[in-house]
Amino acid sequence: MALTWKLSSYWDKFWHLANPKVFMGWSSRLLPIIIVMAAFCLSTGLIWGFFFTPDDARQGSTVKIIYLHVPAALVAINGYLLMFIGSLFWLIRRQHVSVLIAKATAPIGMAMTAIALLTGAIWGQPMWGTYWVWDPRLTSFFVLFLFYIGYIVLWSAIEDHDTAADLTSILALVGCGFALLSRYAVLFWSQGLHQGTTVTISDGVQQERISDVFFQPLLLSMAGFCLLFLALLLIGTRTELRARRLKMLELREQML
Amino acid sequence: MIKLFWRDVTLAVRSGGGFGLALIFFLIVVVLVPFAIGSDQIMLSKVAPGVLWLGALLACLLSLDRVFGLDFEDGTLDLLATSPIPLEGVYLAKVAAHWLTTGLPLTLAAPIYGLLFNLDFEVRQLLFLSLLFGTPALSLIGSFGSSLVLGVKRGGLLLSLLVLPLYIPTLIFGAQVARSAAIGQNFEVPLVLISIVSLITLAILPFAAAAALRINLR
Repeated sequence: MALTWKLSSYWDKFWHLANPKVFMGWSSRLLPIIIVMAAFCLSTGLIWGFFFTPDDARQGSTVKIIYLHVPAALVAINGYLLMFIGSLFWLIRRQHVSVLIAKATAPIGMAMTAIALLTGAIWGQPMWGTYWVWDPRLTSFFVLFLFYIGYIVLWSAIEDHDTAADLTSILALVGCGFALLSRYAVLFWSQGLHQGTTVTISDGVQQERISDVFFQPLLLSMAGFCLLFLALLLIGTRTELRARRLKMLELREQML
Repeated sequence: MIKLFWRDVTLAVRSGGGFGLALIFFLIVVVLVPFAIGSDQIMLSKVAPGVLWLGALLACLLSLDRVFGLDFEDGTLDLLATSPIPLEGVYLAKVAAHWLTTGLPLTLAAPIYGLLFNLDFEVRQLLFLSLLFGTPALSLIGSFGSSLVLGVKRGGLLLSLLVLPLYIPTLIFGAQVARSAAIGQNFEVPLVLISIVSLITLAILPFAAAAALRINLR
């Protein structure tokens, strides 16, 4: 009984954080810290990765694009997941901040998807001899890109904010299902050229795994990208909140 | 619900546009393909199953904005929303009507159009089967998209932008059925998979579409 009470009070406290005013408060205090941490992780990870790691035996120095490619892809995929969660909580709890987070995620996620695709293409030209192949991983990333675009376009097409929020949330929920379906459908459709997952925590013996020399700076730049994503997300959400408040004020002025 | 279904079917058949248009569009796409690819028979019969699937998909897209659009504009949808049928049922009736007037004719036409590409009887048979199991998913997904963009003026382009990415899994499995038949591979697995896609969309999308309709009618 006591435990349930305690848990539910934490739950309430958590949602209290999503109150727009409270959100503006804690995010303005947290934002500088996140930005500094992101700058530190990114600069250290990238400089370490680009200048202080050896060239790969087979790939030469092209291997170093991994420090942009993998973190961007990581953020792109999890961004869509975050959009799904934000949309879900908007539909359940009508928390404005949660849908604005989903809205702010979309352009960042789209940019990250584009980065992952572009860096992959740049790496693919010397390594695979082509900028693009219709490989399952590449294709499903392209599909992810299209899903991001659809979500953003629907947001911009509908004028009324709440209607737009509701409809895009439904699209995000359905789109998430279809994105997963497409992910596994393309596996069926074509054989892959892209390597399997080699960036794993588990230290399997048979598993082909990335060497520690590359893994440590990669981990740092992955953390850096996540923090960068978080910082951009907070900035985006705060901008959206301010824009909404501005609109309200304008409306009130017109009424007077 | 059944009355609504027949009403939509008669509307689609009688009020020019919709009904025959998709078939003609499909035919034009099919005729244009050799101009784009070249008249090489072997090459054409190789790409034909995929081209026919793509053509059917695009033709299906053509009539989607009519599914809810007209009823939304003249207020019929408001009446339907207050009727005893839940909006999920309205959606299903409209999807069924759309499938009967668009999906089924395309399914019947595709094997005949296949003759233009010199396709074997077996391949055309499987093309028919895959479209038969796949077009319901196209109608379901498309009508869901149509319910999303109701409130948007001139939402036609937006509709295709939203719906086409959602069509990807259906297209992959559907075209795979016909292609694997053409090169003599096992076709049962993709056929089962495309039926699964249709059934999943049938199970989930009525609720999503009805929610979107309610939001748009608010």
